[in-house]
Amino acid sequence: MTHLTSLPVVMPFLIAPLLVSIGTFAPRWLEDTLALMVAAGAMVICLLLTIHAGSRPYAYWMGGWHPRSGVAIGISLSIDPVGAGVAAFAALMVLAALTYSLRYFDAIAGLFHGLMLLFMAGMVGFCLTGDVFNLVVFFELMSVVAYALTAYRIEERAPIQGAINFAVTNSIGGYAMFVAVAMLYARTGELNMAQIGAVLDGHHADPLVIVSMVLLLLGFLTKAAAVPLHFWLADAHAVAPVPVCVLFSGVMVELGIYAVARVYWTMFAGTMAPHVDTLRAIIVAVGVITALLAALMCVLQRHIKRLLAFSTISHVGIFVCGVGLLSAKALAGVAVFIVGHGLVKGALFMGCGVLLHRFGTVDEFDLHGRGREVPWAGVIFLLGAILLAAPPPFTQFQGKSLLESASKDGGYWWLIVVFAAVSAATSGAVLRMTGRVFVGWGPSEGPDPQQARAAEERVDETRDERDHTPPLMLIVPGVLLAVTTLAGLVPGAVPWMVDHASRFADHAAYARWVLQGQVVHWPAVAPTHVETLDVVVGLLTMVAAFAVAGLGLFGRGWLALLPRGLRAQGRGAVLVLRGLHSGHIGDYIAWWTTGAGMLGGVCLLALR
Amino acid sequence: MAFAPYAAAAWLFVIGLYGVVCSQNLLRTVLSLTVVQSATYLVLLGVGYRHGGKAPIVADISTHSKLVDPVTQVLVLTDIVIEATVTALLLALVVQAHKRFGSVDPARLRTLRH
Repeated sequence: MTHLTSLPVVMPFLIAPLLVSIGTFAPRWLEDTLALMVAAGAMVICLLLTIHAGSRPYAYWMGGWHPRSGVAIGISLSIDPVGAGVAAFAALMVLAALTYSLRYFDAIAGLFHGLMLLFMAGMVGFCLTGDVFNLVVFFELMSVVAYALTAYRIEERAPIQGAINFAVTNSIGGYAMFVAVAMLYARTGELNMAQIGAVLDGHHADPLVIVSMVLLLLGFLTKAAAVPLHFWLADAHAVAPVPVCVLFSGVMVELGIYAVARVYWTMFAGTMAPHVDTLRAIIVAVGVITALLAALMCVLQRHIKRLLAFSTISHVGIFVCGVGLLSAKALAGVAVFIVGHGLVKGALFMGCGVLLHRFGTVDEFDLHGRGREVPWAGVIFLLGAILLAAPPPFTQFQGKSLLESASKDGGYWWLIVVFAAVSAATSGAVLRMTGRVFVGWGPSEGPDPQQARAAEERVDETRDERDHTPPLMLIVPGVLLAVTTLAGLVPGAVPWMVDHASRFADHAAYARWVLQGQVVHWPAVAPTHVETLDVVVGLLTMVAAFAVAGLGLFGRGWLALLPRGLRAQGRGAVLVLRGLHSGHIGDYIAWWTTGAGMLGGVCLLALR
Repeated sequence: MAFAPYAAAAWLFVIGLYGVVCSQNLLRTVLSLTVVQSATYLVLLGVGYRHGGKAPIVADISTHSKLVDPVTQVLVLTDIVIEATVTALLLALVVQAHKRFGSVDPARLRTLRH
């Protein structure tokens, strides 16, 4: 069993070049079958690892370089249920995206399949590794593949710009992490996360440790798209092909969150223990700003893929708050929420694919009422929008109620209001768009010139004729929605997650099972309950979401009732906010640098 | 002088970022990015350097002689491989941008305004 451990990383690495090299002459069905088999295989192995590590997490030392008397020289894959579970989730999303592409993509000659498998290898390796340098290398690997996938339609203009912005921003994040790894190595002489944590434990958090932590956070928060490091995400999502967006929003962005939790709990939890309250305040602040700003931007969008991208950023804000609470219960909530959110967002992007395939545009106003031709896509958008608001009793709600309970425990009860507002706004934006496109409610403003130009350039991303939507393109998102609806309702699923999240957050035990191979006996975690308040908040959020949608569709007259000065100011603020998202890479990096300086400065001043 | 490589690295990181922010040519943006990355090489090599240490190849010298740390040198190699990949990909994108936009000034790429 343990020798299967490296297979989900190695297997796609071997098959991907094969797919690319046979791509020019092999038939399409062969490439599809191979790629699907590898993705399915990786998913099954990761699931087996999750179950296997459930009773006893273990470290797999590559090449048999086991640690001697607690000192690790080798490179490990450290398998625990949370890491392996996230890896399985990533493989599942790749499988779904590949299945969707069967009928969606045309003439891709093995290249697309190869890139998707490499992307999966990067993500799975990122989840499983126990070595901080490998963590950074897998980060770079999945990033490089993601840049290439973003610019997949290289003959158009927008994807080129989107990919350049994505690549430059994320590369700088990656370089910050290289510096962080070098600094940690300088301090500890180690690269294994458990070992670094063990060495740092006895020491006071000096500026070197704080700066290295900040640089690591910056890298992962760039990937997770926290404000103000988030600008690349909306651009990349607006231009990347739909199956790629499914992976970006569904898992890749969330892996940034996973990594923040991973590096904190394995390396810094011990040395940061005296400052835990300050650190909590800092990370929660980043999360709240991200969530609110992105929710506002989400409501303002008419490009549907961009709208969904901002919805993802604003959910990332919720997840950053969750991880930032630095408690096991919040971590469990984030994990449950990420699974629920990823599947819903995947389904919604696939719905966008249906619109693109049929009408060649995703402009909300241009599509006004035209969606009536594809009613099933409307159903997907409607269900997806409702699930985004996390109504009881579905998976998202289970995650959110854990988060709410953890916020109250941590003294941040007001986060409940933030979460509710953000969920209502993003869900309301998608509901509004659904009403406009699939029912024809609200006024129409005609097509957006920028999007119309892009649509003219678009060279057939999809196969098949335009008056027919292949059933597969509706079945795959339908299955994703069914899975996300039911996953949280399986008895024992949420308590299982709470149990394993608390083990994930056990800093001392991690070092014991990785370095000494000990069997750790964890005490049972007290069961959690969904409180009545959570249910009430969940239902109110749903109502608020419908209100936001209604206001967006029919509220123009009501806005006119506001005093003129207030309206002008609001319009001015919106213009400034839109102006910030300029598409200019220099602006983005200026913001990145500002964010880096602020986070670093605050941490250095406050964590002493 | 032990701090010299770190001071140089900090300078390279900052000046590289400045280059990316102010660049009016995508080619220069990409090159500035490689300047940022060379900061990471310097930090890694600085961390592994030992005064008077020999190159860490123990085939023809005593295993007891003083060596610089081979681990950081290996990390730099990996880092360089990554740089080559990212730079190659970005340069390909810049060539393509030149073809499609007729310009490599980031201010003239106007497909993603909103």
